Amino acid sequence: MKNILIDIVLQRLVIGIFILFGVSILITLGVEALAGDVCSAILGQAAEPATVAACQAKLGLNDPMHVRYGNWLVNAIQGDFGTSLANNREVSEQIGKRLGNTLYLALTTAMFAVPIGILLGVIAALYRNSAIDHIISTTTLTTISSPEFFLAYILMAIFAVKLGWLPAISNVSPSMGFLERLQASALPVATLALITVAHMMRMTRASIVSLLASPYIEMAKLKGLTPGRIIIKHALPNAWSPIIQVVVLNLAYMVVGVVVIEVVFVYPGLGALIVDAVLNRDLPVIQATAMVFAAAYVLLFILADMLSMLANPRLRHRR
Amino acid sequence: MSLDKEIKKLQSQVSANQMSRRTFMTSAMALGVGALAPGLYSEAAKAAPKKGGLYRVGLPAANTGDNFDTGTNSDNFMITVAQGAVRNCITEVTADGQAIPELAESLEPSADAATWVVKVRQGVTFHSGKTLDADDVIASIEHHRGEATDSAAKSVAESMGKIKKDGKNSIIFELESGNADFPFLLSDYHITIGPVGSDGKIDWHAGDGTGPYSLKNFEPGVRADLVRHPSYFKPDEGNFDEVKAIAINDVAARMNAMTTGQVDAIARCDLKTAHLLDSKPGISVLQIAGTKHYTYPMDVRLAPFDNNDVRLALKLGIDRDAFVNAVLRGYGALGNDHPIGTSQNYHASDLPQRKYDPEKAKWHLKQAGLSSLDVEMSASDAAFDGAVDATQLYAEALKAANINLTVKRASADGYWSNTWMKVPWSASYWSGRPTADWMFTIGWAAGGNWTETFWDNARFEELLVAGRAELDEAKRGDIYREMQSICRDQGGSVIPCFVNNVDAASDKLGRPDKLAGNFEMDGCRSIARWWFI
Amino acid sequence: MTYLSAIWDDLNLSARIGLGIVLFFTTCGIFAPWLAPYSESQIVGDVWEPLFGEFFFGTDQIGRDLLSRLIFGARNTMALAIVSTAVSFTAGAVLGFIAATMSGRVDQVLSRIVDVCISIPTLIASLIVLSAVGTATQTLILVIGIIYALPVFRIARAVAMDIEVMDYVEAARLRGEGLWWLMRKEILPNALTPLAAEFGVRFCFVFLLIASLSFLGLGLQPPLADWGAMVRGNADGIAWGFLHPIMPAACIALLTIGINLLIDRWVHKASGLRDDQ
Repeated sequence: MKNILIDIVLQRLVIGIFILFGVSILITLGVEALAGDVCSAILGQAAEPATVAACQAKLGLNDPMHVRYGNWLVNAIQGDFGTSLANNREVSEQIGKRLGNTLYLALTTAMFAVPIGILLGVIAALYRNSAIDHIISTTTLTTISSPEFFLAYILMAIFAVKLGWLPAISNVSPSMGFLERLQASALPVATLALITVAHMMRMTRASIVSLLASPYIEMAKLKGLTPGRIIIKHALPNAWSPIIQVVVLNLAYMVVGVVVIEVVFVYPGLGALIVDAVLNRDLPVIQATAMVFAAAYVLLFILADMLSMLANPRLRHRR
Repeated sequence: MSLDKEIKKLQSQVSANQMSRRTFMTSAMALGVGALAPGLYSEAAKAAPKKGGLYRVGLPAANTGDNFDTGTNSDNFMITVAQGAVRNCITEVTADGQAIPELAESLEPSADAATWVVKVRQGVTFHSGKTLDADDVIASIEHHRGEATDSAAKSVAESMGKIKKDGKNSIIFELESGNADFPFLLSDYHITIGPVGSDGKIDWHAGDGTGPYSLKNFEPGVRADLVRHPSYFKPDEGNFDEVKAIAINDVAARMNAMTTGQVDAIARCDLKTAHLLDSKPGISVLQIAGTKHYTYPMDVRLAPFDNNDVRLALKLGIDRDAFVNAVLRGYGALGNDHPIGTSQNYHASDLPQRKYDPEKAKWHLKQAGLSSLDVEMSASDAAFDGAVDATQLYAEALKAANINLTVKRASADGYWSNTWMKVPWSASYWSGRPTADWMFTIGWAAGGNWTETFWDNARFEELLVAGRAELDEAKRGDIYREMQSICRDQGGSVIPCFVNNVDAASDKLGRPDKLAGNFEMDGCRSIARWWFI
Repeated sequence: MTYLSAIWDDLNLSARIGLGIVLFFTTCGIFAPWLAPYSESQIVGDVWEPLFGEFFFGTDQIGRDLLSRLIFGARNTMALAIVSTAVSFTAGAVLGFIAATMSGRVDQVLSRIVDVCISIPTLIASLIVLSAVGTATQTLILVIGIIYALPVFRIARAVAMDIEVMDYVEAARLRGEGLWWLMRKEILPNALTPLAAEFGVRFCFVFLLIASLSFLGLGLQPPLADWGAMVRGNADGIAWGFLHPIMPAACIALLTIGINLLIDRWVHKASGLRDDQ
């Protein structure tokens, strides 16, 4: 069992490396397809042909694409992600700070959202088609279907502007203490949680309900077990796999998908960095950030599969 | 609005120099507080700067690619932090629109204004401790000149002619032709002064400067933390102990940060809700008429825009009052299809204001041999805030003149390199320039890189050269008046409005009697010039 | 008629509510030019006129009638969502089925390509692609369709893998049925329920993606009204008590709820649960 797991992890890691490689090629091609380059993007309205040409020469943009990609790849493999074309700073330094902020946001949100989401899902399944179920389902459908910036503005209007309990912008800095930081990031955490709780709750409910028609649940019912016991003891263990998948999918979203929330709350995370970098055509920064995102994705899904297997031994013997 | 609030409003208008003493008295009478008026007026008009405090300011237009090479700085955040706090220029533009020496002690022109002797201010030190001299100034300007420069100020810097060092603290500029406005060129926010290194170049990224604040911590696109430079050369500036410049690009977030007191001031309010922010206790919205204007430049080389009747029809087909009301919510002034604003020197106030007149527009179409017209315009919110909405407003107004305008939303990303001046008609803006000559030269002269209408008008060119070297104010005024009228009646740009700078500040902040209008927030210099009461 | 009434009888209360909501918006969308009091682009008043005054839902950020824009928005938003979701499901499901039934090298290649593409965040991918190719309506549909085809591919493949090992598929294979026949006759009918559940959610995600895109300055061409962009355009007012952005947001939420109520019923039926379970 242990060996199988290790084998699978290793195999997935190797595939993961190929995925990263593929992503880097796609990103290079994608950015190349965009009109303009970092020079015309930074100079903007003030660009003129001579200054753009001088800037391109200075940054070495006149080399053909495959040469620049090759150089980047050789350096990246050695752990050197180069300097930003836009501001000449070390890419790794820029990303390092923001990665910490992004992970903090994701983990804090997960700490609240995952248990609440699963718990609500179990409750909704337990009392399915009752008033509680309808309230939970409708509320989560509403939050799931609201644009994220809209939820953010509403929370900001209520908790920052009207009540004055929480700061409107989450300008976190490294010097902040734990509690101060928690308070500063409360609103983005709450917004993210509202969105992700809804997904996790719906999937939990659906996977439990879909099992309730199974013969072994019928059997348990005939034995006279209470509905709560049936769900906790019999349905939930078999529903873990899809629940874990959706939890991980949401964790991935918390890491890679929070661009809009970062902009609204002025939270210095990776999302805003990559959007600015795309607008600036700042390939080294886009490339490195995309690598981080893709790596997070790969690792999280390896984790998901591992947990699924541990939770459900039958899956270990598939394939 | 409460009485207190009314009085405060009047006082702030006095402080912003939008109201004379007489008007203030009359308004105060109307409020029934006439007896108190003289006291209230002087209370508003003079308040001495005090030292101390932490100033938190929320600024727009920050980017994770920001850096301290001011040659590439282009918008509010970096102009405020770099030119407005960390560094200085050789001259600065005052609230009255004059260029006065900053890092210079004096600027002396020759009789034809073609040679200028600039004496560098003595006893000025950089944050690193180095003393400022002529080498720093020359190296700083040279950074923006020559083959290898990627500075946005290249054309301005190259118009400064030959630069010669004349002793340790003196520099001679030999221009190709006379330019009475030369001191203004040296105030360009790109051309800040840094310390020259042993290689004769300046290490811009280090962020050293002579300004009132030194850089403690800088995270591009997030924040800049500044501390006071103890040996700053202007005694009445640099009043705060520390400054936190916080990047807040989203306008709704910026407004909320101001409302909740997380910042002491913000630049660039949301115009739709600025009046509501203003009604909050302890917060004042500051509005200053500036040089910023929105433009709809047509490529006059291409049909149908090569026909001046078509251009006039399009100029008559925009409802300027509705535009200023809906897009600027009244925070602006009507444009008259030329680039010189009401607050500027040489503004031709006697030119008749062009009005919305669909019938006359139709008449012009007929002159061009057309009964109706289909045109397309590309717009993006990159051109100016709300440009896509504003252009739809224009399209609706044009329908009455039988002109069918299709608004095409272009990608905001890369708008300036792919759309502006690439398609026949697009939306654009100019932050404006402090002098008429500079504005005409950079945006309207034939063959210029930014002459967005691609026009070439012989009379206009002739006047441009004549006006530049003219030292007689009255003659100069006549020249610029004629140029404005040429732009208005023959130019290729629809200029519906001039935009006020609309910022907000806590009432705990003291401000000079009159704020500069060349950029938002007192010419992007609130950090240097303001203080806590 | 009896067929329709049979369907109606089969629906429980919540599904009937869902059907009502969906029919309501569909009607609005189809008959928009006749139902809306003003045109989509006409300026009728000042900025943000109050709700329930002269204009039923007030006016938007440049003075257009909000109710009319909501009605036209129903048309544009739903059409865009339907078409792009259809594109993503067709592409995703067909490729997913192909990968599952052919397995081996084809499966490997397709799955790895999807793995790579899906590791690039949706918003970033759409930002890069839409910046490169522009935001004409057709390109918008295609880009959203392709981006959302990636997760559909994964689901379709996983579902088809489960079906593929069933005895009846094996039997059909031995009979010598072709790939296309297998996919159409054996796999599709059995995969329909899980895919439908996914369709309901994805359909609504399209609105949200467009809303997020309009946050970044991409999205439908003006003056076409779409709910996501309308929320964005008016969102500044929220903190100041303007309810205008709530209206399009409520439309999105209501339609999402309606569609999911209907689909929940279908999934419930297909799962074999009785109504009392």
